[in-house]
This record gives sequence, structure tokens and C-alpha cells, in this order.
Amino acid sequence: MINALPPAVILILGALPVPFLRGKAKAAWMLLLPVVSFLNLLAIPEGTHWTAGFMDYELVFGQVDRLSLIFGYIFHLISFISILYALHVEDDVQNVAGLVYAGAALGVTFAGDFFTLFVFWEMLTISATFLILARRTPAALGAGFRYFMVHVAGGLCLLAGIVLHVQQTGTAAFGFVGLDGLASTLIFIGVGVNCAWPLLHPWLTDAYPEATITGTIFLSAFTTKTAIYVLARAFPGTEELIWIGTAMAAFPIFYAVIENDLRRVLAYSLINQVGFMVVGIGIGTALAINGAVAHAFNDILFKGLLFMTMGAVMYRTGKINATDLGGLYRSMPWTCTFCIVGAASISAFPLFSGFVSKSMVMEAAAHGNLRLVWFVLLFASAGVFHHAGIKIPFFAFFSHDSGLRCKEAPRHMLLAMGIAAVLCIFIGSFPQFLYSLLPFATDYQPYTASHVIAQTQLLFFSALAFTLLLLSGIYPAEIRSVNIDADWFYRKGGRLFYGLADKACNGLNSWGDRVLVKLVPGLLARFFEEPGGNIQKHGVRLLAEATGEGADLGTTEDRIERRSRTAAYPVGGGVLLAVLFLAVMSLLFFL
Amino acid sequence: MKKPAKPEVREEDFQHPVDMQEELAMFDHPQNVKRLLYGFFTCVVLLLGIDLFYHKHAIFPWEEFFGFYSVYGFVACVVLVLVAKYILRPLVMRKEDYYD
Repeated sequence: MINALPPAVILILGALPVPFLRGKAKAAWMLLLPVVSFLNLLAIPEGTHWTAGFMDYELVFGQVDRLSLIFGYIFHLISFISILYALHVEDDVQNVAGLVYAGAALGVTFAGDFFTLFVFWEMLTISATFLILARRTPAALGAGFRYFMVHVAGGLCLLAGIVLHVQQTGTAAFGFVGLDGLASTLIFIGVGVNCAWPLLHPWLTDAYPEATITGTIFLSAFTTKTAIYVLARAFPGTEELIWIGTAMAAFPIFYAVIENDLRRVLAYSLINQVGFMVVGIGIGTALAINGAVAHAFNDILFKGLLFMTMGAVMYRTGKINATDLGGLYRSMPWTCTFCIVGAASISAFPLFSGFVSKSMVMEAAAHGNLRLVWFVLLFASAGVFHHAGIKIPFFAFFSHDSGLRCKEAPRHMLLAMGIAAVLCIFIGSFPQFLYSLLPFATDYQPYTASHVIAQTQLLFFSALAFTLLLLSGIYPAEIRSVNIDADWFYRKGGRLFYGLADKACNGLNSWGDRVLVKLVPGLLARFFEEPGGNIQKHGVRLLAEATGEGADLGTTEDRIERRSRTAAYPVGGGVLLAVLFLAVMSLLFFL
Repeated sequence: MKKPAKPEVREEDFQHPVDMQEELAMFDHPQNVKRLLYGFFTCVVLLLGIDLFYHKHAIFPWEEFFGFYSVYGFVACVVLVLVAKYILRPLVMRKEDYYD
């Protein structure tokens, strides 16, 4: 046995003392955790570690190979950057949730069996929900609640698939599953929820813009990327993924063009980028998988960077809508520069990180002769430059002057953004460092004249389209609005269900209240006030109606009432009658 | 629910009144914007021109057409914006308080 700890342990257990620390000690402790955890990871050799018996199955907490390692590296890196960015946060809900969330992502990445995977999968959901709820606005509470419900539903789907799969195969080992039959389909969809597949996606665009400023940085890094990792291990080469990924890459860019909330624009562009990875996994060749994994690595950095710059803008100005911002390059020059680096990276400009990974997926699609897919991906490449590459920096930092004059972002935020920006340029300029970490050996060359010129042309002419459309006034004006998406179904559907349930259940409730609580006891109470008198009155009334002689009904009722109130009944007469009645009955019975 | 000890966005970081005496920044000068635009248009033309002078490693035959990537990038973005503005927006846009 080796002396290292399972990869998830340090971050998750390290989160526990955080609420008890203060000031610099807390900052140092939180920054130290991912570093120590990373060193721990380096000490783990490839192979299978930390196995434990569980019923008839084996739990594996350390399945370490090239695929899990590269995700492990980038998760540590982004944890460190996110924690550095979030150093000012004194809200321990966020601090603990962020660390546990990062730890859970590592847990999923190194899980060697489905049970361990599922436990960490649910831990992801729970800790992420707290990162959203911690914003403590009504919108965030709603979004957090919806996030939780969607992921619990996805988790249950996954669990059902796992149970069936384990039953059928007799083993809980987590490896290649492939899409065949009910069990694998359930697993597939369960993972798809976290991967934000079309129609399953709105939890992402709903929740990420509502989360806390720093929470969104964590969120953008882990949930979808762990799903990508699971897909890469369990479903490589599944053809359905090619089409799912193509749809993911294409549809969000239309939404991103008309969206006003800049963090929501980034959330849509996150789905678009994940689409490229899903396509790569669907193609399933060594080049395609490498491309998908490399793009996940890069996306964590540049999407994190873009969310960080928008977070800094929001932190300083309190605003995030394109309609409220503009002209901030004066007061936040560094943030603006980092944002442009992130934008260039996500748009796959040569020398920036996106270029060296996106082109791998594109080339894999071309080699597979997937013409339609290739055209859509090229369209998405031009589109992503349009909304994430130009729209984000332009509307936040340039455009018209909003009159906002704020301070530059705090130093720790600048440092975090700076690290991410430097890494984006470094990976883009020296891709062999990233390539050497990829699951399959590769001698891929992104920097051919053909590639570089083609990509630059694509981007410059996209920019030309943006410029001309903007100058001519055709570019859609930013409008304060809500754009409905597939979440309409569960938002409105939820309300409809709530309305129906309200009608049915509360209707039943109020009927029960009216009849059983008020009406019946009232009647009974009135009757038992003077039961004898009431029976007699009723009898007299019936008699009067039957005979039609109701002349002295009033006086008779008065007499009955007086008698029953003074309890002046001729008791002896009643008893005599009862005895006679019983005697007659017994005679009739026995004779 | 408990309020955080310190609100994340502090009042003093909010909007400051614009100082009318402040120096104009780089992009406040229209001629700078114009220069930037001319530079950009020059780059665009040069990039298209370069197409004639290098050997393309194409996988698909249409990649070798003159200006394929340029035209595709331009057309894609125009289509994207027009579809988003004239088809998607009328379909999905609602008032900000739609869900409230």
C-alpha cells in the first residue's frame, strides 16, 4: 500500500475546519488545501488503489490512469484559482461548499466503481446547490431549488441505471459501458443531465447567473466537466453523442446573441463549448477523445477566466446586464485585458488555448467524413466568437459609456485572473505540455499555415459581420427581458402542477373543514343540547305535516321545550312503556 | 436565513458621478475609433488576399475554394444575428417579471 490519501479526501475533510478559522489563517489554510491535495495526487502511481469490500462488490476510491489524471490536474488547478479569487468571501457556507464541491469532483474522477461514483455524484449536487443558495436573493433561492430538483431527478435516473447494470453484469466496476439496453440508457441520461444536453440543459442557464459571484467560478468548472469525464470513460464512440453534441454546440449561440445578462451569455456559451467535447467523445477516435479532453481542460481555464472577469465587474458595479454596463475599460483596465485574453481563448484565436484543442475535434470530425457535423461546428466556432469573443468584452468594457466609475478589481481577484490568463496563452503557445498529458499519445500539429490562416479568416470575418451589423444598426439592441427556454416547462409546469394540487388538495381540505369541522359538530352540538326534546319536536312536526293539523304546533313545541329544559319528564311512564315493550318482544321471541 | 457578515457588493464601490473634467480615455476620441476600424478593415482585406498565396491542406474539397473560411465566417454570423433577432427573439422574449 502507498502512503498517499485518496484524492477526494484532502479537500473534503479540509473543508471542515474552515468555519473555525479566521482572517489570514483561514486564507492560508484554504489556499494550501489544493496545493497539498495536488502533491498528494502526484504521489499516487497509476493503477487501482484503496479498494474495500461492500456487500458482494468492491469499492474503489482510486482508479488512476491517464484519463483520470488529466482531469485531476485541471480540477486542482482551477480549485486553487477559484479559492484565490474567492479569498474576500467571509461567508462560510460558500467556502465549505466550494471545497466540498471540488473534492466531490475529484471523487467522481477517481472512482473505480459505480457506487463510489454515485455517492460523489450526489455530493456534487448538494454542494453546488449551496453555492447558488448562498446568494440569498429570492431569484437565487428559486434557481437553487430548481437546480436541486433537476439534479436529484438525474441522479435517481443514474442510480436506477447503476442498479440494473450491476444486476445484469454482476460487477460494479466503472469502465466502458456502451449504449445497449435499458440500464445503460438510464446511466446515459443520468449523466446527460449533468452534461447539460439539449432540453436537459436549462438548470445551467437558470442557476449559474443566479449563483454568488465566486460560486459561479466553481460551478463552471466541475459539474459539466465531470460529466464529460464519465462520458469519456463509459461511452466513447457512441454515435448518439455526435448529434447531441452538435445540437449543444449550435443552439445556445442564438440565445447568447439576444441575452442581456452577461453571465447568462457565458452560461449559454458553456453549453456550446461542452458540445464540442461531446462530439469528440461521440466520434471516439484517439484524436477525437484527445481533443475532447484537451478542450475540457482549456474550457475550465478560459470559461473560468471569463466568469471571473464578469464576476469582478459585478463585484465592483453591482450590475451585470449589458444594458447597464459599458465603458469600463477606463476604470478596470486589467480586468478588461484578462477578459480579452479569455475571449480570444474561447474563440480559438491562434496562440490562445482554445485553438489547440478545438481544432483537434474539428479535424477528427473531418477525418470521420462527418460533413454536416463539421459544418455545424464551424458555424458554432464563428458564433462563439461572435457572442463570447466580442459581445462580452464589448458590452462590458467598451460600447457606450455607462458613466460607471469604479475601482479596479481587488488584488487577489486580479491575481487569480492573471494566472488563468497566463495559462491560456501558455497552453496556446506551447501546446505540447498539454498534449503530453492527454490519454492517448499524439503528434498532432495545430500550427500549420493552413490551420492558422483558415481560423484567422473565420474569426476576422465574423468580427467584420459584427462590426458592420452594429454600425448599420441591425445588431439586436440589448433589451431587459427574460428569454424563455426549456425551463419554461418545469417552471410553468411546476406552477400548473402547484395550481392543480392547490385546487385539488386545498379544495378537499376546505370542504372537509366546512363539513366535518364546522357543520356536523355544530348540528350534533345543537341536537345533544336537548336530545329528548329535539326528537319529540321533530316527531310532532312530522305528525303535523302528515295529518295536516298544525294549528297548535307552536304551543306543543313550547311545552316540549319547557319540559325538557326543566327535565320534568314523566320518567316512570317511560320506564313502564319500555318494560312492557321488552315483555312483548320476549313473548313473541320465545313462543 | 442568516445574512452574510459583509455584503458582497459594497456601497462605496458603486457608481461614482462622472467627473466632467476627467481626461478623455482612448476610445472617447472618435478619430481613435476610426483608426482602429480602418486598421481592422485593412487586416480583413489582407487576410482575404493571403488566400491566393499559400498551399492549403484541405480535408474537404470545398476548403480549397477561394475565401471559403472568410465567406463562411461572415455569412454564418449574419445568419446567426438575423435568426436570433427576427425569429428567436419574437418567440422567446418575455417581460423581465415573466416568471414572478
